Amino acid sequence: MAETKAPAERPLSPHLLIYRPMLTMMMSIVHRITGFGLYFGTLLLAWWLIAAASGPNAYAKFEWFAGSIIGRLILFGYTWALLHHMLGGIRHLIWDTGRGFGPNEREWLAAANLIGSIALTVVLWIVGLLAMGGPR
Amino acid sequence: MSDAPVKHIRTPLARVRGRGAARSGTGHFWRQRLTAVANIPLTIAAVIIIIVLLGRNQAAAAQILGSPAVAIIMLLFVASVTTHMRIGMQVIIEDYVHDDSAKLTLLMANTFFTVAVALASAYGILKLSFGV
Ligand code: HEM
Repeated sequence: MAETKAPAERPLSPHLLIYRPMLTMMMSIVHRITGFGLYFGTLLLAWWLIAAASGPNAYAKFEWFAGSIIGRLILFGYTWALLHHMLGGIRHLIWDTGRGFGPNEREWLAAANLIGSIALTVVLWIVGLLAMGGPR
Repeated sequence: MSDAPVKHIRTPLARVRGRGAARSGTGHFWRQRLTAVANIPLTIAAVIIIIVLLGRNQAAAAQILGSPAVAIIMLLFVASVTTHMRIGMQVIIEDYVHDDSAKLTLLMANTFFTVAVALASAYGILKLSFGV
C-alpha cells in the first residue's frame, strides 16, 4: 500500500510486450482472467438458486435464459473457465510446495492444464446434454 | 541495506516476520490457499449436482437442492468460493488501481458484491431446505 515514486533515471526492466509470448506466460494471465470472469458469473449461481427457491415461474425464466443461444454460450464458457481455473489452481498449489518449476515441468503442466480443461468441458457438456435429453 | 547504520540486533527478517504492509501478515495468502484447496472437491461436487439437476422441473430441482446433504454441500461451496473470490479480486484491484480513492471504492464494492452474492445464494439454499 505504500506509495513509492522511483526517480526517472533508474533503469527499467524490459517491458512485458517485448518478450516473446510463451505458453506459461499466457496461462498465467488466463488464470487471472478466468478468476475475474468466474467472479461475476456467481450472479448466475445466485439467480439459479433463488429461482429454484421461488417457484415454477421464476425457474422457468432461468431455464429460458439457460436454454437460449446466449445463455448456452455463457454457460459453456463458464464451465471451461471454472475447470481451467480449477486445474490452474491445482498447478499453483503444486508450485506452492516448491515443486514443478523445472523448464520441462512448467511447459508440461501448462499444456496439461489447457488440454485437460478443454477435454473436460466437452465431456461434461456431452454428459449434461445427454442428461437433459434423458428421462426426467 | 548492508551499509545502513545498525539500530537493531534483530535481523530484518525477525522484524517483518508475520506482518505485511498492513500488519496482517500472510492472512490473505493463507486463506486464498485454504479456500483454493476447499474449492476443488466442492466444485467437483457442485458440478455433479448441477448435472444431475439438468432437465428436471422446478419441483424436482427444489426437492433435491433442499435435501440436507446437497444443501450443506452447496452452502459450503458458496462460502468457500465467495471468500476465495473476494481475496482474489482484492489482489487484482491492488495490482492495477493505484489511485487511492478509486482503490478504496473498488475494495468496498468488492466486499459488498461478494457478501451480497454469498447471502443471496445462501438464502436460496436455506429457503429450499426449510420450505418457507
Ligand atoms: C475450483 C477450484 C479453485 C481453485 C483450486 C482455485 C485456486 C486459485 C489459486 C491458487 C489462486 C491464486 C493464484 C495466484 O497466486 O496467482 C486463485 C486466484 C483467484 N481465484 Fe481461484 N480457485 C478456484 C475457484 C475459483 C472460483 C470459483 C472463483 C470465482 C468465482 C475464483 C476466483 C479467483 C480470483 C478472482 C483469483 C485472483 C486471480 C489473480 O490474482 O490473478 N477461483 N485461485
